[in-house]
Amino acid sequence: MIYDLAVVGAGPAGLTAARVAARRGLSVALLDAYAKTGGQFLRGAAQPRLTGVDVRLGRRVWAVEKSQERFEIHASETTTATTLLVATGAHDRVIPFPGWDLPGVLTAGGAQALVKGERVKPGEEVVVAGTGPFLLPVAVTLLDAGVRVKEVLEANRPSPRMAAALARVPSKAAEALGYARRLAEARVPYRTGHAVVAAHGEDSVEGVTVAKLTRDWKPYAWRTVDCDTLAVGYGFTPQADLLVQLGCRTEGDHVTVDDHQRTSVDGVLAAGEVTGVAGAAAAVVEGALAVHALIGAPPPRLLAERARLRRFARALELSYPVRDGWQHWLTPGTLVCRCEEVTVSALEEARDLGADDPRTVKLLARPGMGWCQGRMCGHAVARLTGHDPAPQKRPFAQPITLADLTLHDREDST
Amino acid sequence: MVGAGIVGASCAYFLTRAGVRVTVVDRGGVASGTTGAGEGNILVSDKEPGPELDLALRSNALWRDLDEQCGGFEWEPKGGLVVAETPEVLDALTAFAGGQRAGGVAAARVAPGDLRDFEPHLADGLAGGVHYPQDAQVQPMLAAARLLRASGARLVRTAVERFLVTGDRVTGVRTGEGDLRADAVVNAAGTWAGGFAQAPLPIRPRKGFILVTQPFADPPVRHKVYTAAYVTNVASDAEGLETSGVIESTRAGTVLIGASRQRVGHDTSIDYRVLAKLARQAIGLFPVLADRQVIRAYAGLRPYSPDHLPVIGPDHRLENLFHACGHEGAGIGLAPATAEMITAQITGAGPSVEPSPFAPGRFP
Repeated sequence: MIYDLAVVGAGPAGLTAARVAARRGLSVALLDAYAKTGGQFLRGAAQPRLTGVDVRLGRRVWAVEKSQERFEIHASETTTATTLLVATGAHDRVIPFPGWDLPGVLTAGGAQALVKGERVKPGEEVVVAGTGPFLLPVAVTLLDAGVRVKEVLEANRPSPRMAAALARVPSKAAEALGYARRLAEARVPYRTGHAVVAAHGEDSVEGVTVAKLTRDWKPYAWRTVDCDTLAVGYGFTPQADLLVQLGCRTEGDHVTVDDHQRTSVDGVLAAGEVTGVAGAAAAVVEGALAVHALIGAPPPRLLAERARLRRFARALELSYPVRDGWQHWLTPGTLVCRCEEVTVSALEEARDLGADDPRTVKLLARPGMGWCQGRMCGHAVARLTGHDPAPQKRPFAQPITLADLTLHDREDST
Repeated sequence: MVGAGIVGASCAYFLTRAGVRVTVVDRGGVASGTTGAGEGNILVSDKEPGPELDLALRSNALWRDLDEQCGGFEWEPKGGLVVAETPEVLDALTAFAGGQRAGGVAAARVAPGDLRDFEPHLADGLAGGVHYPQDAQVQPMLAAARLLRASGARLVRTAVERFLVTGDRVTGVRTGEGDLRADAVVNAAGTWAGGFAQAPLPIRPRKGFILVTQPFADPPVRHKVYTAAYVTNVASDAEGLETSGVIESTRAGTVLIGASRQRVGHDTSIDYRVLAKLARQAIGLFPVLADRQVIRAYAGLRPYSPDHLPVIGPDHRLENLFHACGHEGAGIGLAPATAEMITAQITGAGPSVEPSPFAPGRFP
């Protein structure tokens, strides 16, 4: 069967697109790696009814190929469609610091997923650190699960731009106020211009070093805080592997799209965080807009809503950047790539051998060559070599066994 | 020196040690082309008796010296094991190895019952094999970077647009950052080496893929292991796709799986059907790999000449221009002997290996 539309990613964008497309009479397949729909954001929420959608869960899509005017979407089996929508979201962005490889250090998204998805408390006493508004719902989720949140540390300072942006989007302002109230009730301090610059412990985290930061994130005025868990998140990186495989144009860390969510490659649409991190509300609007690429002009209401939410996202991006001062937190022995255990000094040795870009550093010192293929260390390695992080080409968006790969040795499909 | 791959870096190393001042120019930096896309093979096992084998044997000895003098590039004298699936192939392989032995190669026949002494995880039912103790491996990117660093040569990261020519003499190169004057220019530009309009060479790319598995604490492959079909594919003139299982582990614990050969120009796009064939052949040799994960794949381009011999020596049209290119998939293995030959030609020293079979003027 050849579907009119295949949607990869069943988060807010993908769910909306699949539902709208099915309602408009299109044949739709919806694929997701997890056993439930909802993605990172709606994780654990009630499963929506998706009448008329062919829902294929537990499918880890490792590659997409375009052949003639069709797309072959390879997971444990191959799905074929004439139009492809990629809505694969984003993953936590992390930056290295001494001790970040200790058990008890989690990503902010990982900590939230444990509580919301697995109903597991990550620890008893947690410090939440990083940058961006996502730290607030993570702290509240942990509080609600009965975890003691000792501090929430925001590396950036409050910005007038953010205040102005919040004023224009009242729903976001109300949400932020709700989180702030909940933290205040629980007497959890929220400190801006602070960060965790090291984690300590024998076999797992026993405490962290907290520092005040200058505007460009140079640390000063250190103190230690006892805790058994650190949840750390420095924003998100779009998970655009499938789109990069197809050759879609990117800008910065994300894929570029037009008013219909069309990428630069014919027949390939993208919605949600892969087009730039903007949150679930924007993803829902973009999921609906993407379907209009197939069925006609997008409603002006949706376009206006998207523009408003994207402006807000832009304000967030500018207010909560990752500033290069984190590099002052590193010591020669700090791991940059955890998979391949590549230290700061190993990177410096590669640079000394003439590697002056992320690719050459990778070839000489192996950061990004392990299990996660640079998803964790990509930002750090790029910045440490003086480059802007860019989406990397990964022929396998997910690991696949050699046995499963042999199933694609078919002469007939060339 | 045009090119900072393994050939350019080796030439820089040998030339500077002979007292020549060298500047290396590369638009992508060290090891950014074919060198950065290979497994780092240093093989004598896949060469038939003749000039390339002579070069490979000389190079093999030089690599051992380089490991002592320079080092830091994961030199692994692990040896190669070539296996035959059928008695007929084994007969052909044995005859081939006999010829190689006469040419100076160490090669020992391995009975089917003894194969697992070499490789405990090999598949059942193989007819036998030949063990080549001289085969070795390096981490090629580190090797190029270390040799370049040890040479002390300056690396300029820019594109070479053309040779500077006065009359019939080359006097330097024009780069994106101005002209560089030199008494001699060496063309070690890999897959781009044939494309200089003033001194074209028939060198074109032959694409290959490598699959990379998950890292193993104790990798299941000890030698470089490949099927006898690899030898015929290496020497083949076919335009279409050819694959033969070539499997080895790295010091990082991953297993590398090759080798495919395709002539598709400078296209490095991924073809999952080819990767699937490589996976099938790898499982055929090492069934233990079947349920292991592949985490990465990459394509590289081998610069090949019409007669599959490298192009080494003075240009036949322009003075002061030397070529060191066209090594196809054997550039890492052949680089030191190539560099030694080029250095002898530039400084007027005597050669270790007869250079005439590699002369650039041999093509019509």
